[in-house]
Amino acid sequence: MPIKIIKNFFKRVFYNLFITKKHVKLGFYGPPNSGKTTLANRLCKDWVGEDMGKVSRVPHETREIQFKEKVDINFNNKKITFKLIDTPGIATKIDYEDFLHYGLKTKEAKKRAREATRGVIESIKWLDDMDAVIVVLDSSKNPYTQVNITIIGNLVARKIPVLIAANKTDLKRIKLKKIEAAFPEYDVVGISAKKGHNMEEFYETLFDLVKKT
Amino acid sequence: MKNITLQFIPYAEIAYISPYRRVKYLIDLAVDNRILLIQGKLAPEEEADLIQETMKRIGKKRSRFKGIELTTFSPKTKNLSFMQSFKENVAKTLLGERDVFTIVGPATIVREIKKDPKKIQLLLRK
Ligand SMILES: Nc1nc2c(ncn2[C@@H]2O[C@H](COP(=O)(O)OP(=O)(O)O)[C@@H](O)[C@H]2O)c(=O)[nH]1
Ligand SMILES: [Mg+2]
Repeated sequence: MPIKIIKNFFKRVFYNLFITKKHVKLGFYGPPNSGKTTLANRLCKDWVGEDMGKVSRVPHETREIQFKEKVDINFNNKKITFKLIDTPGIATKIDYEDFLHYGLKTKEAKKRAREATRGVIESIKWLDDMDAVIVVLDSSKNPYTQVNITIIGNLVARKIPVLIAANKTDLKRIKLKKIEAAFPEYDVVGISAKKGHNMEEFYETLFDLVKKT
Repeated sequence: MKNITLQFIPYAEIAYISPYRRVKYLIDLAVDNRILLIQGKLAPEEEADLIQETMKRIGKKRSRFKGIELTTFSPKTKNLSFMQSFKENVAKTLLGERDVFTIVGPATIVREIKKDPKKIQLLLRK
């Protein structure tokens, strides 16, 4: 019965399309030290019950792309399965001498810098693979940097939906208004990944974002 | 600061070469201690390529290269708010925007200039 075969074929194709679509590859991008891993860990802890990667006050702690498959997130009776992709982030310069101020030895610092440069290259390579991206920024810092412009510009060029997580809102003198003004086309959610502040709104905005993928 | 030069790169000099060669050309000059004032603007993908190429050059033996500073600005929109010029910069992706300029410089040198802006005058006098 050819009709039945065709019907089944289409059913399978559409089913697969649906499944892949719901398995959203979600990338964490931003400058070094903005809290990408802290936020990725927060999502993992909230929904899987374990951490994803190591966090440090020394910049460039994440120097290889980290993956977490099958993270089911529920919101308003809807479930979406994510694959989380925590990246080393993007920088235009890396100076091993900066790491010496954190107490690293010269040899360690040079190794960290070398690995960090490779991490930036990897982060850029992976841009093409993302279904949606959370750009994590430090709310206490000036948002008008070339790195932020380059990241957003590349996501726009690839038509990848973007959510801006203005992180570290627990700090004093945060520039949330300035970040919102800098990125008027995007949803900006102020959060503290470390303290877990405003995560409800974050998840709500994340679900809205996924609709755009 | 001795071996640094400021180099103006007119639009026509890099407009008609492939993006790949354009990025190589710029990074070679930056590694060679030049601060480049480029007429026009790189596309976001070229900016990403430039950053990748920059990363490959850091930490090479006998090189003190630590990366670049990259800035795009347009003199015309000087009086616009930062937000407006930011939006313009995101919207304008063509190298052919002649009223837009890009500065690419070695990070260590740009840092020195930021600390002591008088140094730029020394450069310009050469
Ligand atoms: N105050 C504060 N610090 C944070 C927050 N999120 C991350 N951090 C700190 O920022 C530093 C860098 O965090 P990390 O997640 O490693 O940044 P990444 O390089 O973007 O992955 C660490 O010292 C974190 O504890 C936050 O919401 N508030
Ligand atoms: Mg990290």
